[in-house]
Amino acid sequence: MQVLYLLIETIVKCVVVFACLMLSVAYLTWLERKVLGHIQIRFGPNRCGPFGLLQPFSDGIKAFFKEDLVPGNSDKAIFVISPMIAIIAAISMFAVIPFGDQFTIPGTDWVVKLRIADIDIGLLYVFGIASLGEFGIVLGGWSSGNKYGLTGSLRAAAQMISYEVALGLSIVGVIILSQSLRLSEIVALQAGGFWHWNILYQPAAFVFFIICALAEINRTPFDMPESESELACGFNIEYSSMKFALFFMAEYAHMITVASVAVTLFLGGWQAPLPQLDFIPGVFWFAVKVFVLIFFFIWQRGTFPRLRYDQIMKFGWKVLFELTLVNIFITALIVLLKG
Amino acid sequence: MIIPLLKGLAFTLGRFFSRPITIQYPEEKVPPAKRWRGIQYFEKDEQGKTKCVACGLCMAVCPSQCIHIVTAEDENGKRYPLTYELDAMRCIFCGYCEEACPVNAIFMGKTYEWVGRERAPFLMNTEELLEQKKYNP
Repeated sequence: MQVLYLLIETIVKCVVVFACLMLSVAYLTWLERKVLGHIQIRFGPNRCGPFGLLQPFSDGIKAFFKEDLVPGNSDKAIFVISPMIAIIAAISMFAVIPFGDQFTIPGTDWVVKLRIADIDIGLLYVFGIASLGEFGIVLGGWSSGNKYGLTGSLRAAAQMISYEVALGLSIVGVIILSQSLRLSEIVALQAGGFWHWNILYQPAAFVFFIICALAEINRTPFDMPESESELACGFNIEYSSMKFALFFMAEYAHMITVASVAVTLFLGGWQAPLPQLDFIPGVFWFAVKVFVLIFFFIWQRGTFPRLRYDQIMKFGWKVLFELTLVNIFITALIVLLKG
Repeated sequence: MIIPLLKGLAFTLGRFFSRPITIQYPEEKVPPAKRWRGIQYFEKDEQGKTKCVACGLCMAVCPSQCIHIVTAEDENGKRYPLTYELDAMRCIFCGYCEEACPVNAIFMGKTYEWVGRERAPFLMNTEELLEQKKYNP
């Protein structure tokens, strides 16, 4: 019986998280267009429904009814499979994120933990799957048989290598402090007010992580694989209809997940910023923190221009890599001296 | 190196909280300029008829040759246009007809929104040109 209950619980949690994630992805596209619009002193979408709130559905229906093209010279199997890789990687990353505390179902003694899988190498899983997501982009551009797509995917591959290193190194400081790769433990160590959050102990690592995360999710200033102005959309140039929509959704789902990872590692996860505010459920705090980070991602997109390819490579290898190494060294030294 | 980035972020945040300057077209409209040349209209005389005396000057001056007039004479010997055709499809809204008119009958209006599915409505006759007057008070 216990196993059956566990199965039901897991399935329900999966469905709820998936639905919430997809809904957030849909409204993230709306939010992004709205925020970018207001930054450029215009309204953004406001015709479909009140405040344009039905715009994501209109976009989805439009994408669904577009012609689904597969170019003649493309590598068809990989061409079809790569959007799937991208979206599956982006969504399954969310499986280990603890998005709330636990609660007991009223009338029973069944405790529901608000995370889908609490595995002890959660962080490793996140970074492994995150790199897998990049394969969708690389293979998608490569297989479409288009010079722009190929250039975009080459850039994606180069960027993946150079930023994944710094991304992995930037969180080593957090791992040293929390002595664990299990995300729920990392969150539990940050309990009891914002002065326990890792961002105060690892401020530089947080900045490096955000920069690398922007590169990881291919956002402006680092949207090299896409670069509309010189590559005409890069890796997804040959994609249309739902295949393009899948890439699009993967990008936004990836953004949410990366923001969630940053919140979990540095901003105390679902913990309330003050101990007095603990009566508000952790899911709320988690959502607020993720929203703030995502707003920052959109905000900086409306601010910074895209860097040149060689500048990005130079920055990744010659600046970020060294700085993250120095950060690890200093953290380790302090931890060692404090005993 | 960091300060300019933060400056940029502050600037865009300020812009984010400022009021959009968009004019939402179908609901709000930009009023046309003072000397805007839109769709023509006919000025009416005391009897509500056209002031046009069918002299043919507008027909002669029209660079795109979109005006065609057939002249007639009433019982008092006054000339009037039996048919006055203005092909708005061909019209380039140069305003020469208004300038050439000796009796101030035709004027350039202010309207600029005119769409149709057929060509026929764009061929305006005297009545339609008189009708246009109500859009140009």
